[in-house]
Amino acid sequence: MAEKVVLLDLWASMFGMRVRVALAEKGIKYEYREEDLKNKSDLLLQMNPVHKKIPVLIHNGKPICESLIIVQYIDEVWNDKSPLLPSDPYKRAQARFWADFVDKKVYDTGRKLWSTKGEEHETAKKELLEIFKTLEEELGEKPYFGGETFGFMDVAFVTFYSWFYAFETFGEFSMEAEHPKIIAWAKRCMQKESVAKTLPDQQKVYEFALGLRKRFLGE
Amino acid sequence: MAEVKLFRAWSSPFPLRIVWALEVKGIEYDMIYEDLSNKSSMLLQYNPVYKKVPVLLHKGKPISESLVILEYIEETWKSKTPSLLPGDPYQRAMARFWAKFGDDKILPLIWEAFIKQGKDQEEALIAAHENLKYLEVELRGKKFLGGETVGFADLTFGWLANLVSVFEEIAGVTLIDHEKFPLLLTWMKNFMDAPKIRETWPPRDKLINHFRALRETLIAKEPK
Repeated sequence: MAEKVVLLDLWASMFGMRVRVALAEKGIKYEYREEDLKNKSDLLLQMNPVHKKIPVLIHNGKPICESLIIVQYIDEVWNDKSPLLPSDPYKRAQARFWADFVDKKVYDTGRKLWSTKGEEHETAKKELLEIFKTLEEELGEKPYFGGETFGFMDVAFVTFYSWFYAFETFGEFSMEAEHPKIIAWAKRCMQKESVAKTLPDQQKVYEFALGLRKRFLGE
Repeated sequence: MAEVKLFRAWSSPFPLRIVWALEVKGIEYDMIYEDLSNKSSMLLQYNPVYKKVPVLLHKGKPISESLVILEYIEETWKSKTPSLLPGDPYQRAMARFWAKFGDDKILPLIWEAFIKQGKDQEEALIAAHENLKYLEVELRGKKFLGGETVGFADLTFGWLANLVSVFEEIAGVTLIDHEKFPLLLTWMKNFMDAPKIRETWPPRDKLINHFRALRETLIAKEPK
């Protein structure tokens, strides 16, 4: 049976990008559908009635939601090449823990950089830098978060690289100056075709974020 | 001495999930109780990122975050039945989806409805019910979310069976209405009666005293 894979997504979503990187790593052909989040398609509402969010992967008509759950699903179904999770249970637990850390911390704090002002903004900036510091410590001297090879945790975090210019500009800091190891790691990941072809241009993402900022702050 | 140790707090629902998983699978473990107002240096060393329970220590190596720990238990003790996750990748994705939904949506909203009053409580309750409807639909034709036996998603929602009646008694409000959520209430009964589950519950009167005191503290801190 021919596999039919459809991805409902938004070009600038770092969560959607995770799925695109995973699909590219595995060499899976799929149909990409861009969603307008101000006018969600019937398909999206039908396939993700609980959250009504992207990304949604539809595999042979069945939907899978939540980006890290989708990435694990892709890894389990297309298990013949490019494994994303390691085989050792302890290393798998570490990968899941850190991917979950990115989910819990980076997005919510990062978005405050364009959606808040004044003291809240300053606090968010400090918190984000602390979060990046923790991630940098976890990376240590390893080439990738997973060790010698690009894996699950790298997929979970590298998509935020496309948002770094937006973070830096709204937050008024330099990632290269504050967290050079993370920049080095991100550039290493960008040498992989799956990452380089997926991540959009940082300037374009910044302009997208400017649009979000206008909506939040009315500027 | 067991090669598995679990750091927990007696009243917290998150470590209780791990207790259930270990008990249900018949894995030997030692329990280490933490006083969350005075955390041990061991806990801070094993979970420096969040400094929270539960932490599972296996052969000296720590794993934190309850859902991560549950997956670790499932993968490490593969031969121990029952399985917490199904074999089919799609069913596994669904189990993971419902577990995450429970923690991201249901738990915070029920907690809000418990600790708030007046309009805030009403709003939290409405939002909780909106989300619980999805769970009610998901339970159609199922004894447990995992099928015939308790699984990953059931363990994650287990706190409902354990704590909702405690919260209702303290706050004097119905959180889960038997008319609106008959399947959910049946699931809660089935969960309570599943092997190894109820034996590990903290005593109800202790829970009531603990959460009543916690609620009063939180209400007192609310800006007027």
